[in-house]
Amino acid sequence: MAVSASFDPQLVEDDGFVYSKNTVWKRFRKHRLAMAGAIILLLMVVIAVFAAKLAPYDPNAIDNVHWQGNPLPPCFQDGGQCGGHFLGTDENGRDEVARLIFGARISLTVGVAAVAMELVIGTLLGAIAGYYGGWIDYVVMRITDVFLSIPLLPLLLTLTAIVAASSSKASLGFGVIVVIIGALSWPGVARLVRASYLSLREREYTEAAKALGNGDARIMLRHLLPNAIAPIIVQATLDVASVIVVESTLSFLGFGIQPPTASWGNMLANAESNLEVAWWAAVFPGLCILVTVLAINYIGDGLRDALDPNMR
Amino acid sequence: MRRTLQAVPLLILISLILFVILHSAPGGGLGPYLQNPHITAADIARLKHNLGYDKPIPVQYVLWLGRVVQGDFGYSMSNSEPVFNAIVERLPATLELMVSSFAIAFLIGVGAGLFAAVRPYSMWDYFITTGAFFGQSMPVFWFALMMQLAFAVHGIPLPGGYQISLPSAGISSSDTFDLGDRAVHLILPAIVLALLQVALYSRFMRSSMLEVIRTDYMRTAWAKGLNFRTVLFKHGLKNALIPLVTVTALNLPGLFGGAIVTETIFAWPGEGRLFFNALGQQDIALMMGYLVFNAFLVVFFNLFADVAYAWLDPRVKYD
Repeated sequence: MAVSASFDPQLVEDDGFVYSKNTVWKRFRKHRLAMAGAIILLLMVVIAVFAAKLAPYDPNAIDNVHWQGNPLPPCFQDGGQCGGHFLGTDENGRDEVARLIFGARISLTVGVAAVAMELVIGTLLGAIAGYYGGWIDYVVMRITDVFLSIPLLPLLLTLTAIVAASSSKASLGFGVIVVIIGALSWPGVARLVRASYLSLREREYTEAAKALGNGDARIMLRHLLPNAIAPIIVQATLDVASVIVVESTLSFLGFGIQPPTASWGNMLANAESNLEVAWWAAVFPGLCILVTVLAINYIGDGLRDALDPNMR
Repeated sequence: MRRTLQAVPLLILISLILFVILHSAPGGGLGPYLQNPHITAADIARLKHNLGYDKPIPVQYVLWLGRVVQGDFGYSMSNSEPVFNAIVERLPATLELMVSSFAIAFLIGVGAGLFAAVRPYSMWDYFITTGAFFGQSMPVFWFALMMQLAFAVHGIPLPGGYQISLPSAGISSSDTFDLGDRAVHLILPAIVLALLQVALYSRFMRSSMLEVIRTDYMRTAWAKGLNFRTVLFKHGLKNALIPLVTVTALNLPGLFGGAIVTETIFAWPGEGRLFFNALGQQDIALMMGYLVFNAFLVVFFNLFADVAYAWLDPRVKYD
């Protein structure tokens, strides 16, 4: 434990390996695919934030001038009459590009919000279990076992189906999806945090913090959390990717974001029945999901290498 | 033995939590009847009383558990048959799909992972690792749509004017059993369900093999002058495969999720589609049966994987 005169609060120590934010960034930059992923994600975030400014049309507006019942093809399709819609329209005559842009907003917000919720619950439960041990640890870990044993997708579908049936309006709110996903995906984080805390609580500095009269909550948050943060960051990043896939799957199956709100998943739900006439409606939303998820997964991979060189 | 005994309370806790979640829905288990205009409020009240839905949830749970122990999972209102029968009927179709996708995934995944590990940081390694990343990031339902678009809707053109055009829905074209026909129907859904597993197995196989290659016994085998293949397959592969037992068990929940999507898109008459149809009709008894059945399989296979691991690798000991 390096308590020197020139103590740098940004300096994080883990298993004797000292690194600062600077060296992490240096290592991350060397991971070319992770950097590419970061740039793509940044682009997606900009698109999502400025969706209203960037979208060429209203995502829910029907083009009554050009659309005559059949989805309009993209402009680059031979002999296609796209009517000014670069990637064509869906079966209701709504602009694909505009819907994709607004879909980015949904995917990224759900991903980040659900993971934020998962992190709060998972970190809290994992920290309490690991720090106190004993019967508290036992109870928390058994609950974790329960949620890791029930397959996640069927459970999510069950909950959204029940909520949809019990709410007077047949539509599922955006917040409901976030809460349901966040409330069910914390066990992974809880296990991770618990494992770190189990070993960290035996360290000398924990002892020292206790001797100085710090309360349990303060020790857990100010002393242990910074030392357990690296694997949590990696896990959270990868979880954003998997939440985006889960949300789009729920929406595709009709139990997620409800139309007319555009999400990449529910755009594909309609595309399935029009597969024979409108390939573009099936290809582009999925491509958006794939590129975004791939970008985030590579960022997670890069972060793992950068934060913990021993894990490679 | 101790671990086996621990599984029992875990299963009871799982079923309790699921029961509370499912039965807190308004209408309890009477969803489909509530939507039927021919059933009066008096009928509903009588049904509620006869089926025990008017009792408090803890009491209902104990009664449910008592019946389940006797093999009675309740009555599926969307299928008009007992839940147990509905689940057993769909089992062969789901097994056919899962086992074939697992076989595809295991062969390709292990092969690719092994290949990548033998030539680490070569062009092939990068190709396989990148492929695994793509497979891992691909939404299953979109991959299914793309496969349908390529092979069922348009038909991939081959040299010589041939086209691959596959049926994209259902388990067979006719009622009589025809192996070739079955296989043609199986291939797309099996590949779709296999994709995620291929990505998983190739990644784990690669890292597991890389670890084994560095071990002393491998160096000894090479030093003895054994040929490359013998060392790799007899000494290396055998040991590198052991961790995949755990990976397979841990992936089971994901596989069930994937099966719901795949079976729904390809109209495959298995458990996943059964469950998906039950969702829309609020068939609580069937949803409960399906979830408990799958959770049981997950717990059982995790236990089995632990035992198998210790048996395959005697260095591992459980208390």
